[in-house]
Amino acid sequence: MSTHSHAHDDHAGHDHDHGDGASHGTFNSYLIGFILSVILTAIPFWLVMEGVLDSKVATAAWIMGLAVVQIVVHMIYFLHMNSKSEGGWNMLALIFTLVIVAIAISGSLWVMYHLNTNMMPQMHPEMLRSGGLG
Amino acid sequence: MFSNPDLLHFIFGRLSLDSLPFHEPILVVTFAAVVLGGLVVFGAVTYFKLWGYLWNEWITSIDHKKIGIMYIILALVMLLRGFADAIMMRLQQAISFGDAAGYLPPHHYDQIFTAHGVIMIFFVAMPLVTGLMNFVVPLQIGARDVAFPFLNNFSFWMTTAGAITLMMSMFIGEFARTGWLAYPPLSDIVYSPGVGVDYYIWALQIAGVGTLLSGVNLIVTIVKMRAPGMSMMKMPVFTWTALCTNILIVAAFPVLTAVLVLLSLDRYVGTNFFTNDLGGNAMMYVNLIWIWGHPEVYILVLPAFGVFSEVVSTFSRKRLFGYSSMVYATIVITILSYLVWLHHFFTMGSGASVNAFFGITTMIISIPTGAKMFNWLFTMYKGRIKFDVPMLWTLGFMLTFVIGGMTGVMLAVPPADFVLHNSLFLIAHFHNVIIGGVVFGMFAGIVYWFPKAFGYKLDPFWGKMSFWFWLVGFYVAFMPLYVLGLMGVTRRMSHFDDSSLQIWFVVAAFGAVLIAIGIGSFLMSVVVAFLKRDQLRDETGDPWDARTLEWSTSSPPPAYNFAFTPVVHDLDAWADMKKRGFVRPTSGFIDIHMPKNTGAGAILAGLSLVLGFAMVWHIWWLAAVSFIALIGVAIAHTFNYNRDYHIPAGEVIATEDERTVLLAKQQA
Repeated sequence: MSTHSHAHDDHAGHDHDHGDGASHGTFNSYLIGFILSVILTAIPFWLVMEGVLDSKVATAAWIMGLAVVQIVVHMIYFLHMNSKSEGGWNMLALIFTLVIVAIAISGSLWVMYHLNTNMMPQMHPEMLRSGGLG
Repeated sequence: MFSNPDLLHFIFGRLSLDSLPFHEPILVVTFAAVVLGGLVVFGAVTYFKLWGYLWNEWITSIDHKKIGIMYIILALVMLLRGFADAIMMRLQQAISFGDAAGYLPPHHYDQIFTAHGVIMIFFVAMPLVTGLMNFVVPLQIGARDVAFPFLNNFSFWMTTAGAITLMMSMFIGEFARTGWLAYPPLSDIVYSPGVGVDYYIWALQIAGVGTLLSGVNLIVTIVKMRAPGMSMMKMPVFTWTALCTNILIVAAFPVLTAVLVLLSLDRYVGTNFFTNDLGGNAMMYVNLIWIWGHPEVYILVLPAFGVFSEVVSTFSRKRLFGYSSMVYATIVITILSYLVWLHHFFTMGSGASVNAFFGITTMIISIPTGAKMFNWLFTMYKGRIKFDVPMLWTLGFMLTFVIGGMTGVMLAVPPADFVLHNSLFLIAHFHNVIIGGVVFGMFAGIVYWFPKAFGYKLDPFWGKMSFWFWLVGFYVAFMPLYVLGLMGVTRRMSHFDDSSLQIWFVVAAFGAVLIAIGIGSFLMSVVVAFLKRDQLRDETGDPWDARTLEWSTSSPPPAYNFAFTPVVHDLDAWADMKKRGFVRPTSGFIDIHMPKNTGAGAILAGLSLVLGFAMVWHIWWLAAVSFIALIGVAIAHTFNYNRDYHIPAGEVIATEDERTVLLAKQQA
């Protein structure tokens, strides 16, 4: 958002502490981030294209795991997040986000897994799909 | 040329003359009235040469106070539409028994209950809450505007564009007949092939952009722009609730956006996320939309809690009892509101463990809410209570909301919910908490801060009329629905066979009439106050002898809010300043740096409106053109470096000297 820097100027009358903002990174940190994210992108392609792992589930799991690492790399090297930036607000926001995402994903999985518990046996989805009830 | 159907279809998409509802006499009459009213307003604005004033002072304004006021005007206009829907439903249900079919055909009735829910939540409650936060929060924390003033204007116009999209559906095509959350498979293309659900989707998506951005804006404002000395635990309670509400907005609204995108994909390109076949699962939609929907409830009610906290302490002339417990209760509600969503669909088929978990979390969330209730009671205890109109709304809330909360705990018990699910008991419950909580809270807030916004109080007589008619009207309208719900009557019915139920619906319709008088009285209180503004004028800037910073500046505040940024030493900063004999500085003013008005927000929102309309009617060329224009204008706006200006010291001195004279006259 380009309004960002201007909006700050707009309030020059206020005594804000700009010193605790996130740092802007160095050439090296960007380079490290870039190389790491390229490697983390290449590995999943390699896993899929070469069929390295026998099990598809294991391949998928590895890709998901690498995606999570990728997110962390982006946050550290490109978004310059650490536990002190913005006076700790960045970290707090991150923790809150993780808690909410964890609740939403795990809750949804649990709820959807339970979906048909109270259904009568003859009303399972496979039968609904082939039968006339759907 | 017009004989070529392909070309016609290319130009107009699904739109044709048949889309205009000539066959619905009710709509034709409404349309005529709207056109006439529109012409009168248009003519009046032109006659009095107000277009320039409106454009320069309001439409392009980035002043948070004016944007806040515009949000509330939008909400009140939409309230009239939403309430018109309500009274039509009440009338239909009161007369449609046995052989009588009532006056609304079922497909029209279904659109009305859908529109009523969507309007009341998204275009009445949300703009009221956002508008109040916009107006009050920067003043309460001693700031001159929000963090991103342009974004604020843009957010408002996006919300308005969403509202206009929805309103268009009344006369061009139709609205959704699916209920306010548009559950698939009913909302899928197979069962709702018309434009109704598309109107629903685009109205919410366009308005959702505004809501999300204003959430970001207010969080940054509160976190970064508090006056020196105002630590988090010295923030006014309303600002605290605003912070938590906006955190909820930022965390929850993307879920709504995503789930509506998935539904759009199902409808537009034939994916199968929520369809009955090919692996789709409609229950996933229900699950996802309530992950947004439950926090949404707290998005609405937390700021109302904030208003009540301010009002109770001001009108009891005491410090708020248990400030820190109030803050922690708010934070706990913020987190817990993400752990209860399944209670909206206990009957979906989950097993005992899932239902028990969500039933228990739902009961737990009533504990911090109960704690707040006791805090307000103890604040009143041994206070010297002034029964002004905002305090009346607060007392009405405390009684009504407790009843609504108790029926909520009843619904939180899964076995009870299996009986009451989708019954009128549920309808009575959520109207009980939304009217008793959110609406009463917003009215309390409007009456409380009106003198700050306009420089004179609302008329107290009509304010009291409004309160009593709303309060009594609410009970008369919704207590019968509790009874009917317990008898097993389900929601969204346009006709009943059992005529023994009729008396309850007649009573409920009478209650709706009382509420209509309440709404009318509120509008009267605005009109009468305008006419009697010289008697009701507030020249001190602090008409209620209140406690927080917004009352330390003049009413209405100057464009820059505070000539000097206040320094905060204690909670209830203004009460503390008054106690310590604060002397208002009358010299030493300097230039004030302020953001400049821009029309970009209104233009972008206008283009979004066109885009939404084109997508609804499948006018692909128009959608492409407006989308490209949207991107183009957004990029062009980033090159607008003419964004700020200085209010010269001379102007500040003139404004502040005027106030000095006014205050001196008061003391003499």
